Amino acid sequence: MADEAPFQFLHSEVIQYVFGASDSGDAETGRNITKVESMGFRVGQGLIERLTKETSRFKDELDVMKFICKDFWTCLFKKQIDNLRTNHQGIYVLQDSKFQLLSHLSAGKQYLDQAPKYLAFTCGLVRGALSNLGVKSIVTAEVSIMPACKFQVMIQKI
Amino acid sequence: MFGDSIRKCLAGLQGTQTWRVGIAVIAKENYPLYIRSVASQSELKFHYTVHTSLDVVEEKISAVGKSLGDQRELYLGLLYPTEDYKVYGYVTNSKVKFVIVVDSSNTSLRDNEIRSMFRKLHNSFTDVMCNPFHNPGDPIQSKAFDGIVSGMMVQTG
Repeated sequence: MADEAPFQFLHSEVIQYVFGASDSGDAETGRNITKVESMGFRVGQGLIERLTKETSRFKDELDVMKFICKDFWTCLFKKQIDNLRTNHQGIYVLQDSKFQLLSHLSAGKQYLDQAPKYLAFTCGLVRGALSNLGVKSIVTAEVSIMPACKFQVMIQKI
Repeated sequence: MFGDSIRKCLAGLQGTQTWRVGIAVIAKENYPLYIRSVASQSELKFHYTVHTSLDVVEEKISAVGKSLGDQRELYLGLLYPTEDYKVYGYVTNSKVKFVIVVDSSNTSLRDNEIRSMFRKLHNSFTDVMCNPFHNPGDPIQSKAFDGIVSGMMVQTG
């Protein structure tokens, strides 16, 4: 896909735009995070449709998660997920030790409180991608030291 | 003048010799996103054929892990032949199914032609999905998609 720089800059601007307009209160921030996450959701759906055009059908859930960690992440961020852990009961943890969208923010604990805003879009991306592949899930992210971060995927059994 | 009208007659006749009887796109929850059939066919019968073919598609998808030599391909091949039609299926990774129904009398339609038709459909469908004005799960209203399908349906032999 295209060079990662335009996407990174665009992403930062989108976050600034959505959150910049209203600086007040937790409820507002929560709503904005949801807005950004649903943007990511729709993008993830379309992206996965394009990416899986040529790949063969997936065997099971683990296959789907491996695809997300390798091809999907590579397409978006030019690298793979560094570590995938699962408890084999529907919870997967994806660890990225140098998350691209955070790497230009800081290299330690500075701006840690702003990090969730920058992770919401990617959470939506993963959720949208999984949803289009037939896996309903909830995706959350946490970060303790930038630019490493962890995405937690909880599969919802219908 | 006479020659002209004969030619037009013949052209008209040839125009009705369509190979494809119909094309359908079915969402992963098994409701139709798009159904198009040639006007001369009874719509209801076509809808019914597509509906029954869904069972065969499900069978093929779920049997994948158990068969030997499972290719896990997207193209499902000939689903089942009836006395009038042959039904072909294809499923995407997002569990959207494409069904093409063709006339049984048309034996010259080869496997790789059907495959290329499905590929075109898949490409067109991907474009529809990436269109921001289209909500996934809604019936397909894209004119571009319509154009591709029309192009595939009216192919004179």
